[in-house]
Amino acid sequence: MKAQKKPPTWPNDIYEVLKQVGIRQVAYVPDAGHTQLINSCHADRSMKVISLTTEEEGVAMLAGTWLGGERGALLLQSSGVGNCINLLSIMHECRFPLLMLVTMRGEWGEFNPWQLAMGQGTPPVLQHAGVVVQRVDRADEIREHVFAAAQLTFNTCRPVALLISQRVIGFKDWSK
Amino acid sequence: MAKKIKATLDRRAAVNQILARRADTLVVTGLGSSCYDVGAAGDHPNTFYLWGGMGAAAMMGLGLALAQPKRQVLVITGDGEMLMGLGALATIGTQGPRNLAIVVIDNEQYSETGMQPTHTSRGVDLAGMAKAAKFPRTGTIHTQSQLKAWIPKLYAPAGPAFVAIKVNHTRYPMAIRLRDGAHIKNRFREALLGSSAFD
Repeated sequence: MKAQKKPPTWPNDIYEVLKQVGIRQVAYVPDAGHTQLINSCHADRSMKVISLTTEEEGVAMLAGTWLGGERGALLLQSSGVGNCINLLSIMHECRFPLLMLVTMRGEWGEFNPWQLAMGQGTPPVLQHAGVVVQRVDRADEIREHVFAAAQLTFNTCRPVALLISQRVIGFKDWSK
Repeated sequence: MAKKIKATLDRRAAVNQILARRADTLVVTGLGSSCYDVGAAGDHPNTFYLWGGMGAAAMMGLGLALAQPKRQVLVITGDGEMLMGLGALATIGTQGPRNLAIVVIDNEQYSETGMQPTHTSRGVDLAGMAKAAKFPRTGTIHTQSQLKAWIPKLYAPAGPAFVAIKVNHTRYPMAIRLRDGAHIKNRFREALLGSSAFD
C-alpha cells in the first residue's frame, strides 16, 4: 500500500465520538496511527490532554479521573498494552471504567518483526487482565465501534479496549 | 555524598498531623504501610485506599486533581511505591496541577516484603527529582519543626508540591480492614458527587 494522499477521516470520527460521549481527559503515548486524533484533542480547549511517559500512567490516571467524576480515554498502540497489565488490576478490583483505543501493530502486513510479540499478544493479554476486547477492521465502522465501546465501559464500569486494525491504519510498504 | 541524617520522625505521628488538617481534601494512598497509616489516622469516605497497583498513586492523584480543580488532592505514599512510577513526576510536572500535593513517607525500605533497602537509602533524592521535573514546591523533611512548617503548604493551591518525609523504621500493624476496591471507589464517588455518582 502506498502512502495515502488525503488524510483519513476515521481519526476525526473518533474525535467526534469522544466529544459526544463527554470525554474530558485524554491520555496518550504517541502512536503514528493516533497522530491526527492527538492533534485534534490538543486543539480542543475543553479537553485536558495528558502526554504520558508510559501507558500504565494513563491507567492509573483515568481511575482518578473517574473518581473525580469525569470521563477519560487512553490512546495507545499495541506495544504499550504490555506496560499496562499490573495496573489494570485496579480496574478489575474496583470496577473502574476504562476506554482504551489501541492502534494495532504486528499483524496486517507488518514489516518490523519486533512488533509481532506484543501485537499478536495484545488480545489474549488484555482478556486475561479482565478487559473486554472489541475490534474494528473497517474505517467506515469506527464511529459506531467507538460509541459502542464508550457506552459499554461507562455504563457497566468495566474496562474496554477497542483494537483498531492495522488494516485500517495502513502499513509501511517494505518491498523493494 | 552528604553525611546521612538519622531519621527520627514516626510515620504514624507524621501522617496523623498532616491529616488533622485535611478538611475537604481528597486523599489517595499508595499500597502497603502508607495505606495503613492513613487508615489509622481515621477512616474517611474521601480517602481512596490503594491496596495494590504499585506505582499508581501519584498518577491517580493527577487524574483526580484535573477532574476536581477546585478541591485539594493529597497523595500519601511510600518511597518504594514512588520509585516504581518515577515517570509520573515528569507527567505531573508538565501538567502543573496547582491543587495536587504528594507526600512520600520515606523509610528507605520496602516494609511489606522484608525491609529491603530502597534506592533512597542509597542517596537517591526523590524531592530533587520532583524539582527537576518542574514541581514548584519540593522539600525533604527530617525534623518535627520542618514538618510543622510544611503542612500548610500541602493544603495551599500553589502546587504541584512534593515532600519526602524521612521516618524511622518502626513497623505498625495493619490498622484498616476495608479493602474491597469497588466499595472504596463507590463510597468515594458518592461522598464527592452525591447521587450523580450512580448516573
